[in-house]
Amino acid sequence: MDQVNKNMSSNSTRKLSFSVLTDKDMQQRILAFASLIVLLLFFSIASPHFMQMSNIIAILQATSVNGVLAIAATLIIITGGIDLSVGTLMTFTAVMAGVVLTNIGMPLPFGVAAAILSGALCGLCSGTLVAKMKLPPFIATLGMMLILKGASLVISGTRPIYFNDTPGFDQISRGSFIGDLIPAFPIPNGVVILFVVAGVTAFILSKTVLGRYTFSIGSNEEAVRLSGVNVDMWKMAIYSLAGAICGIAGLLIASRLNSAQPALGLGYELEAIAAVVIGGTSLSGGRGTILGTLIGALVMAVLTNGLRVLSVAQEWQTVVTGAIIILAVYADIVRKKKVN
Amino acid sequence: MSFLVEMIEIHKYFPGVHALKGVSFDLAEGEVHALMGENGAGKSTLMKILSGLYQPDGGELKILGTSTKLNGPKEAQALGIGIIHQELSLMNDLTVAQNVFIGREPRHSFGVLNEAELNRKTTEIFSSMNLHLDPETIVGTLTIAKQQMVEIAKALSYESRVLVMDEPTAALNDVEIFELFDIIRKLKLKGVGIVYISHKMDEIKEISDRVTIMRDGEYIDTVDSKKTALGTIISMMVGREIQQTVFNVPDTSMNELALEVKHLNRGKYIRDVSFSVNRGEILGFAGLMGAGRTEVARAIFGADPKDSGEIKVFGKTVEINSPNDAVRVGIGYLSEDRKHFGLALGMDITSNISLASMKNFTNTAGLLDESVMKKTAQSYVEQLGIRTPSTNQEVGLLSGGNQQKVVIAKWLLRDCNILIFDEPTRGIDIGAKSEIYQLLEELAAEGRTIIVISSELPEIMRVSHRIAVMCEGALIGILKGGSEVNQEAIMKLATERPSPIHSLGA
Repeated sequence: MDQVNKNMSSNSTRKLSFSVLTDKDMQQRILAFASLIVLLLFFSIASPHFMQMSNIIAILQATSVNGVLAIAATLIIITGGIDLSVGTLMTFTAVMAGVVLTNIGMPLPFGVAAAILSGALCGLCSGTLVAKMKLPPFIATLGMMLILKGASLVISGTRPIYFNDTPGFDQISRGSFIGDLIPAFPIPNGVVILFVVAGVTAFILSKTVLGRYTFSIGSNEEAVRLSGVNVDMWKMAIYSLAGAICGIAGLLIASRLNSAQPALGLGYELEAIAAVVIGGTSLSGGRGTILGTLIGALVMAVLTNGLRVLSVAQEWQTVVTGAIIILAVYADIVRKKKVN
Repeated sequence: MSFLVEMIEIHKYFPGVHALKGVSFDLAEGEVHALMGENGAGKSTLMKILSGLYQPDGGELKILGTSTKLNGPKEAQALGIGIIHQELSLMNDLTVAQNVFIGREPRHSFGVLNEAELNRKTTEIFSSMNLHLDPETIVGTLTIAKQQMVEIAKALSYESRVLVMDEPTAALNDVEIFELFDIIRKLKLKGVGIVYISHKMDEIKEISDRVTIMRDGEYIDTVDSKKTALGTIISMMVGREIQQTVFNVPDTSMNELALEVKHLNRGKYIRDVSFSVNRGEILGFAGLMGAGRTEVARAIFGADPKDSGEIKVFGKTVEINSPNDAVRVGIGYLSEDRKHFGLALGMDITSNISLASMKNFTNTAGLLDESVMKKTAQSYVEQLGIRTPSTNQEVGLLSGGNQQKVVIAKWLLRDCNILIFDEPTRGIDIGAKSEIYQLLEELAAEGRTIIVISSELPEIMRVSHRIAVMCEGALIGILKGGSEVNQEAIMKLATERPSPIHSLGA
């Protein structure tokens, strides 16, 4: 009799909790996804040029750099931190690739390694500042942002480094091996790289210890520490991984411009954070998805592109982007209130 | 005697709890009236009614002889009732004077602040207290004792005739307590009535005129402090029914030593604490709030740094500087604050149980084996009787008792042989409590070593094989558990301040 009662009550809770769980996870994604669809519909009705293949490719191409940076920012934000240095770190890694390939003249793989390793190393620096020296992430990465901006200018002598001597470098982002196979879909490699980075990172977040600790630390750092986990070490690992991903973004942008532009980079961190936020990742940590971030980055790119197609003046594009960010986060707050 | 305050037959209900059951209390002019009772006796609730934070559900509140209804702290303030909370509520970066008159700053026209007037008024209040303090000192630079004086000055600035002090000496040393008492005596002479809440018997004897004792939300008695024996007051505080079931303490004295702690010190929080626990034994830690029990646990676990002390686990001296080190030698700590220190509430049961043992579920490539993890979690859910629809359930949605079991599962999985439970049944309903007690007994019978910290005496007496009693950072004594111990004996040790000669000698 008692057993029966128990079973019954547990069944009813199961139903209830299942719907709550699904709601939370799904709504977060659906909201971002719905706004993406709405934007796409709006622009394709407003302009016949918008839905053309060439324009869609342009949008995806524009998403690739910001998307990869936003994935790096997502990792840090899930731990409950913030990373202001992703933009200038991207530039720094591009410059490092330039030094190795153009100034030293080594072959292509060394340039790729230089960008990714220097990114990971800088990430490790930020991670050490945050985990070991207990600096607030905002301050630590603000400092790193400025240091890296300056370092890029110093190392490059404030001049762009071109990759004309490294054949194939521009193909990293601009080439299209899919287009070579299926000419109807000339999807640039940069976009493929974005999706690969997204897939791998999503896998790390959901299937590895590192990922589990990323969420745990963001959810309750002290509880994780008191569980005997070496929180400092894992935090440094997460920052290093984010740094390495910024290195990939550095390669993408350098390849697209076929040069490392040392003055570039500032402002990218905010676009990345905006994409993360639109994607529904909580700035207070513990929750977030790579898929959400991808959609967030696409929303940003569609918006910029669509407004340009409609010949809206650039200064107005910025205003609209800002308004969309506020709207997206507000919608998220309203949704959370309703769930509670 | 004219009464400043009369509270008559006050009742207060909270959802599911009858917190005050007809409590009466009065306060005369120029009197220090102590309010005593164990944690949870209802003292704070009663004082929250007096300060307008809560409205009574029955009974009468008279202030200066007239029946009054207080609709908020502001109204209480206006009637001259000031309260000094245990945690000081001062703004550390402002000056003393700015703190005293926060929200009521004297102004010139157009909202420009009149700092000169502000400082002058503050100096006036200080001189009425015979307190020498520069009103322009930044509060954060003052000692806790001086900050408390500022709080008192703030209360007096409302022309308070009634002052409620909630454990004012909790953070003070002997000299500072002396200074505080000096001020209290001066206030008495001016006719201010003081409600004095404290657990410390010697203070009650020294400063108060009358004592009102409360227990479990009930009014017990009001007696003359000077004429009543300490023992009488203590037995009135704890006078609960003796345990219904006699608890048989297993003999573990022949077992090997599991944990030895020698001369543990940390500032004024832990003072030369030494003890040992055998394999299979449950050692209870009793004491009043702030006695240093949690601090000892956290120091052993490496969560807080210690100044000195040696820790031996199964005869081997171990170096513990972080929770990571402690877990490695098999010590697990279950915090009193599960939500902040024990669980990742937003994550599921599986993640929480495996949090301390992630290595068990990782293959060489660093990938998590989700299915083994789930199976393991499921086996603990069954073993400990965690009531949940599934192991995917978010821990934040579980009841307190089930959350506690998740934390226990986490440490069992990590294979910790020494488990420290800090207030294991806080926020857990009565049914689940006895389950937790049973679990503790089973764990001990399995050969694990258990330390239980609890502020509830019946709980300590229910589970402990031996009971260590702490007061003000020192371990005062260790009593035998089971049928031989009674609440009076524990309370006596818990209120026995370590003698100054002892602490000077140390």
